[in-house]
Amino acid sequence: MVNEPARLPAPRGTVIVSSVASDAHTWNLVLLQLLLEEMGYHVINLGPCVPDALLVEECVLRQPTMVVISSINGHGYADGLRLAPRLRARPELAATPIVIGGKLGVVEDATERDRQSAVLLEAGFDAVFADAHATDLCRYLRSGEPVGQSTGTSVGPSAGQAVPRTVAGAPGRP
Amino acid sequence: MNSRHRVPALRGVDFGEFVRRRAAAGTLVVQPRMGFDDPRKMRAGLSATKSAAAATVGTVTLDSYTRLRDDAALADALARGRPLNGYPIVAHDRAVTEAMLAGLYGPDFPVQVRHGSAVPQDIFEALVALRLNATEGGPVSYCLPYGRTPLAESVRNWTQCVRRFAELREEGAEPHLETFGGCLMGQLCPPGLLVAVSVLEALFFQQHGVRSVSLSYAQQTHAGQDREAVAALRRLCGELLPAGSWHVVVYAYMGLYPVTVQGAYRLLGAAAELAVRSGAERLIVKTVAESRQIPPIEENVAALEFAAATAARTVRDGRSDAEDSETYQEAAALVHAVLGLGRDLGGALVRAFERGYLDVPYCVHPDNRGRTRSHLDGEGRLRWADPGALPLARHGRTGAARRVTSAELHADLHFVRRAFDGADEERVALTGGSAAVPVQDGLPNGSPEIARAEGS
Repeated sequence: MVNEPARLPAPRGTVIVSSVASDAHTWNLVLLQLLLEEMGYHVINLGPCVPDALLVEECVLRQPTMVVISSINGHGYADGLRLAPRLRARPELAATPIVIGGKLGVVEDATERDRQSAVLLEAGFDAVFADAHATDLCRYLRSGEPVGQSTGTSVGPSAGQAVPRTVAGAPGRP
Repeated sequence: MNSRHRVPALRGVDFGEFVRRRAAAGTLVVQPRMGFDDPRKMRAGLSATKSAAAATVGTVTLDSYTRLRDDAALADALARGRPLNGYPIVAHDRAVTEAMLAGLYGPDFPVQVRHGSAVPQDIFEALVALRLNATEGGPVSYCLPYGRTPLAESVRNWTQCVRRFAELREEGAEPHLETFGGCLMGQLCPPGLLVAVSVLEALFFQQHGVRSVSLSYAQQTHAGQDREAVAALRRLCGELLPAGSWHVVVYAYMGLYPVTVQGAYRLLGAAAELAVRSGAERLIVKTVAESRQIPPIEENVAALEFAAATAARTVRDGRSDAEDSETYQEAAALVHAVLGLGRDLGGALVRAFERGYLDVPYCVHPDNRGRTRSHLDGEGRLRWADPGALPLARHGRTGAARRVTSAELHADLHFVRRAFDGADEERVALTGGSAAVPVQDGLPNGSPEIARAEGS
């Protein structure tokens, strides 16, 4: 079961939007869903706290045009490093564009952030948007990268972003 | 149960009675959101709360590993001495928590445990063993926003826990439960739905034996709409709950909080004014630091004293709870539609979400239909952009459903932060009433502008 409201036909294909196992934030996922829908994609939003196995199975089942992973609790780097090889280990997903973004680490140091982004690219992501805004993903998608085909190229972390940003805050805590 | 082999060191306190007695004397009870992993620091926080210049109750907020029942991660963090984001009440030995509370917790200082778990069995067992008889949550409000536990499973868990908690009355301690239903996703939920879920969770608690309840309502985006919502909540309580069994607790804003000291205090002041003007009995405060980290004890005390001082110079506005309003009509329609789905309220809640009679906007939980959308109108009031299948009359809807763009959603999510951080008095007046900010009064030391951890 996934949250998948009925939408207009999506000429550009289906995108899976997902958080990672440790992250309960959802406003970032909702904003990404709206942005991608506005760009013409059909979005399947897997929601918060998605176990690795569930994410892999949904991706194998749905064969999405692209997988967008977003995390803002600061553990995204560790979660992403674990996830990428699990996704890439499935032959069906070997060539699927998979990107990750949000607030991925707890450090605010730019050098360390760039190092972590490079490690995530090495681990199997096609693009990493560290300390990025959802619109950075759109800019990337509009920039001509042929998403939906295997590009084989990797994209650096949110180049040209002078001000590090994240997307949204937490839901209210008790 | 097996916890009875040792005489408990603590005696329960009648939380509801404590709050109602203060309210009868015209005093708003204020409470922090506070949780520390180290028992000594937790004790220091409670002690500071108790001695603050305000009528206070204490809070012990639990860590997220305990909430999620991630025992392995919790054991690992404790073994390595890694900091937690709250007090691990299940992992700590009973004697540790008893010593932490000894001499503080008592008839003049009730303590409430706050968590956020859809699988709270271990937490409730710990509370019962400790005779800690005030906590909060709910089968819907602790399930939908925070994870993937199926709603039906959360309802089963909460049914079992509420019944177990109700047994504390036999030990001479009237158990008290507060609904978290007045918060849901923290922001952008139209008040009619917040009020309805709060009322339904209170009815659920009472159906399973806990008589003393409080109903939450979280401050939203418009002072007038919030005032109307608390009146609607009180009217529904009067109609559906036994007299003398309930009180209302207002939460200071739970969405993206202002990041300036002035903005944060202005918003907290507006919450205190809302509570007093509407006749709410208790207020849970927020601090400046909460937009980026767990606030230190001194900031909590400053927030409590600021809220109490604001409350003391505010008076109830004399408006009747009985007055009709759009929010009342909407909340009443939702509550009665759910009550019509069966006598067992837990089952009725599950069916209500299946049918979309309850549908939380922007909530991506698999058991939420996700057809509703909300937005802010030109005056800052929360409105339905698309009411989905909610059983609402035409009343309160303006025209056909419309889509909300990502840009609109982003702007609405940041509306309160911008309004209260900005120096634009006109916009503040829309949401905050008089909003006098005595900057010298009880403000913690620190720079006027704090670093931003999120948002843009």
